[in-house]
Amino acid sequence: MPHVVIANRLRDGIVVFLGTSHQWVEKLSECSPAQSEAEEEALIRLGQEASDRQEIVDPTLIEVEEKEGVLHAVKMREAMRAMGPTVREDLGKQAEN
Amino acid sequence: MTPSKKGFTVPLLKQGKVADDTFVRIGDEDPLPDQGDVIVGLSRWQADRDELTRHKGSLGVELAVGESPSEIEGDLAHFDVIALDFPAFSDGRAFSSARLLRERHGFQGEIRAVGDVELEQLHFMARVGFDSFLIESDDPEKDWTTAQADLDLWYQPTEDGHTTVRQKRRR
Amino acid sequence: MYQYDEFDREFVEQRAKQFARQVERRLAGELPEDKFKPLRLMNGLYLQLHAYMLRINVPYGCLSSEQMRKLAHVSRLYDKSYGHLTTRQNMQLNWIRLVDMPEILNELASVNMHGIQSSGNCIRNITADEYAGVAADEIEDPRIYCEFLRQWSSLHPEFSFLPRKFKISVTGSPNDRAAVMAHDIGLRLYKNEEGESGFEVFVGGGLGRTPFVGKSIRTFLPTEHILSYCEAILRVYNQLGRRDNKYKARIKVLVHETGIDKIRELVEAEWESIRDGALNLPEEDIALIRARFTPPRYEAPLDSEDELKALREKNPDFDRWVDQQLAEHKQPGYSIVNISCTPIGKPPGDISSDQMEAVADLADLYSMGELRVTHNQNLVFTDVRRQDLFKLWQALVEIDLETANHGLITDTICCPGLDYCALANARSIPVAEKISNAFADHERQKEIGEIYINMSGCINACGHHHVGNIGILGVDKKNSELYQLMLGGSAKEDASIGKILGRGFDEDGIVTAVENVVDTYLEIRTDGETFIETHRRVGDDPFKERLYGASPKTR
Ligand code: SF4
Repeated sequence: MPHVVIANRLRDGIVVFLGTSHQWVEKLSECSPAQSEAEEEALIRLGQEASDRQEIVDPTLIEVEEKEGVLHAVKMREAMRAMGPTVREDLGKQAEN
Repeated sequence: MTPSKKGFTVPLLKQGKVADDTFVRIGDEDPLPDQGDVIVGLSRWQADRDELTRHKGSLGVELAVGESPSEIEGDLAHFDVIALDFPAFSDGRAFSSARLLRERHGFQGEIRAVGDVELEQLHFMARVGFDSFLIESDDPEKDWTTAQADLDLWYQPTEDGHTTVRQKRRR
Repeated sequence: MYQYDEFDREFVEQRAKQFARQVERRLAGELPEDKFKPLRLMNGLYLQLHAYMLRINVPYGCLSSEQMRKLAHVSRLYDKSYGHLTTRQNMQLNWIRLVDMPEILNELASVNMHGIQSSGNCIRNITADEYAGVAADEIEDPRIYCEFLRQWSSLHPEFSFLPRKFKISVTGSPNDRAAVMAHDIGLRLYKNEEGESGFEVFVGGGLGRTPFVGKSIRTFLPTEHILSYCEAILRVYNQLGRRDNKYKARIKVLVHETGIDKIRELVEAEWESIRDGALNLPEEDIALIRARFTPPRYEAPLDSEDELKALREKNPDFDRWVDQQLAEHKQPGYSIVNISCTPIGKPPGDISSDQMEAVADLADLYSMGELRVTHNQNLVFTDVRRQDLFKLWQALVEIDLETANHGLITDTICCPGLDYCALANARSIPVAEKISNAFADHERQKEIGEIYINMSGCINACGHHHVGNIGILGVDKKNSELYQLMLGGSAKEDASIGKILGRGFDEDGIVTAVENVVDTYLEIRTDGETFIETHRRVGDDPFKERLYGASPKTR
C-alpha cells in the first residue's frame, strides 16, 4: 500500500501532506506517495523532524490509494481531513479549486 | 543536587532567585552520608526514622504522588523541607498536598516542587504553598518574573497572603 | 444578566495576555506540543481534523446582544462565517488559525468573553437551566450561585490539573432542564420545609464510555456553603481520582468504585475542616453579586391577548410557532421564546454570522438585549413582551430561524462527529439531517409529540446519546460507519440511561430504524402517553421485535 504523512501545520492548523518530493503540500493530489518501506521511513523521519522544529503537529503515516487516477486516503477519518466536512461541501479543501 | 534527565544539574528557584541547593536526594537503598542536608523518600523516613532524626544536617522528605501529607502529619517538626513530586506536567495531585501541608497541618518550612516543573505552573504552585522549585529551564529567574507578571487577580482564597477579588470588592 | 465589574474584566484581559504569551512561546519553538496542549485546551483551543477549533464560553448559557454581535464579527473575520452551538451551552468556531488567537482573545475580552477552561482537565464552564431567572416553574434563580461557581473555578490554583474534566450544572426548578444528574456535580436549588434555600447535591453523574446517573451525596446544603462543599468534593477527587486510565478518570468511576457512602464520608470530613473558612458566602457577599445582575425592567402588560389570538387565526405558521416555541414566563405579559437553530435537514446548532448579528439586533428590540444558549443547541429570548411576538416571528422568518420544532422529533441534539471532530468514529450530522428530513412534516411531528433524539459520533457522548429517549451512537466498523440505537434514556429529573437495542445499522438503515421505532410507539401508546412513558411501560421488546423480527423470548 502506498503511504504519505499527514499533519497539521502549527501556525494555522491546516492539514498538510508529505510525499516523496519531501515538500509539505496542502493537497493530497500534489503528493507522490511512498511505495517502499525505505521511502516510508524517510517520510516518518522527516515528519518527526518537522514536528521537532515545531513546524507541524502530529505527523502520521497514512495509507492512500489511487482510484481513477486520483489519490484518496483509505481511512474515513483521513479522507475527511483531505477533503473537508461532507456536510459543508463549500468548505475545506474540497472547495478550494 | 538533583541531576536532570539530560544530565546537568536542575537549578533551584527560591524567592525568585536561583539559589544554592544544599540538599542531596538520598535513594531508599543509598547509604546515609555522615553529614549534610538530605532529602529522603517517605518509605525511607518510615523505615529509618530514628537514624534520620539523629542525622547531622537538615532533613527533608519527599512525597510521591499518592502519598498523603497525613502520613507525616505528626512528624512535620523534623523536616526543613518537604518535596512534592510532579511525575508529569498534567498530574496535579501535589497541588492538594501542598495546600493541606500549609493550610491544614500548618507546615512552615520549605515546600519544594520537583519533577516535571515548568514556567506555566509556577503561579499555581506559588498560590498553593510551594516556595521553591527545581525547574529545568535556561533562565528560571526570568520564568519566575514572567509567571508573576501574568496575573495578579485571584478569585480563590488560599493562605498565600494574596488578596482575593472578593476581598477587594468588600473594600 | 451578570455585569462584570472591573476585577472580572481585568481578569479576562490578563488571561488573554497570558495565553498570547503562551502562543508566542509555542510559535517560537520554546514550548513543545505536549506542554502546550494542556495550556491551549485550558483556553478552549483544540486541534481538530481540519484546523484549530475554539470553544468560547457562554457562562451558564447567558449571552448579551453585544456579545452575540462580537461572536458574529469574530466568526466572520477569523473563521468561516458560522459557529456551532454546543450541548454545553458554548459556541465553537471550527477554522481557527493559531497565529490569530491573541487577536481573537482580545476581541472576545472586549466583551468579557473567553475560552478559559472550556476544555482541559479542569472545572469546565458551569451550565444551568436555560430559563434561569425567568421560568414560571422556578423556585429560586440559580444564576447567582452559577456566578460564584464561575469565579471560584476560574484558574483554581489547586484544581487546574485534575485527573479528567469536571462539569457542574445547576437548576433552580423542579423541572430539570440542566440535566444535573448527568454531571460530575449536579446542583438542585430548592427551599426546605423551613423555607431556607439550599442545594441537593448530586455527584458522579456523567456519560461517555461508562454512563452513570448522579447520586445524591447531600440532600440539603445551605447556599452559603456551596463553594466550600464543591471544594471538598474536588479535593477528594483530585487526590483519589484515577490517573492510570483516562477512561476511568472521571469522578463517576471513583464514586462507583469507592461507593457513594464512602465518598460521602470523605467529602463530609474534608468539608468539616473548611466549611467555615474563607469560602463561606455571607449574605453581604451574596448581595454584592446579586446586585450585579441587572434586573429586567418589566412593564405592566398591555392586553394584547385578543390581538394575538386574531393573528394566530390568520397565520397558521405563526400559530404553530407560538404553540411550539414558547415557555411560560414568571412575569405576566411576557413569554420565554425558544429559537430553533435546528432547522429541518440542517446541521443542528449551526448558526451563520449573519444570523448571529440579526439575532443580536432582535434581542435588543424584543428581549432586553439578553439571550441564552440551550443544551439542545438552540437559543432562547428570555423576556419577550407578548404584544411583540408577531413582530419577532416575522423577523425570524426573514433569517430562517422560525422553525417550530421545540421538543419535537426534529429538534435533535447532535455532536459535530467525524465531519469535524478528531476523536470521532463516525459522522453524526448527516444522520441527524436525514432523520430530520424523514420527519419534516409538522403534523406528523405533532402527532408523535415530545421525544428527544440525541446523537454522538463516538463514545465520548458530547451528543448525550445515553440520555436521549432515542439515542444514536456512531461507531467505526472496519472503516465504515455503523450506528447503534438505544432507547429509554432521559436527561430530565427522572434521569435514566438508554440501553443498546441490538445490532447496529448503516446510515440509511438507522433512519429507517428510527422511523420503525416511532411507528411502533404510535401503534402501542395509550392516550396521552409520551414516547418515554410508553417505553417505560413496555420496555424494549416490542421495538426489538419490529426491528429485528425475532421474538423477544428467543433472543
Ligand atoms: S461525541 Fe465524539 S465525535 Fe462527537 S464531538 Fe464528542 S468527541 Fe467528537
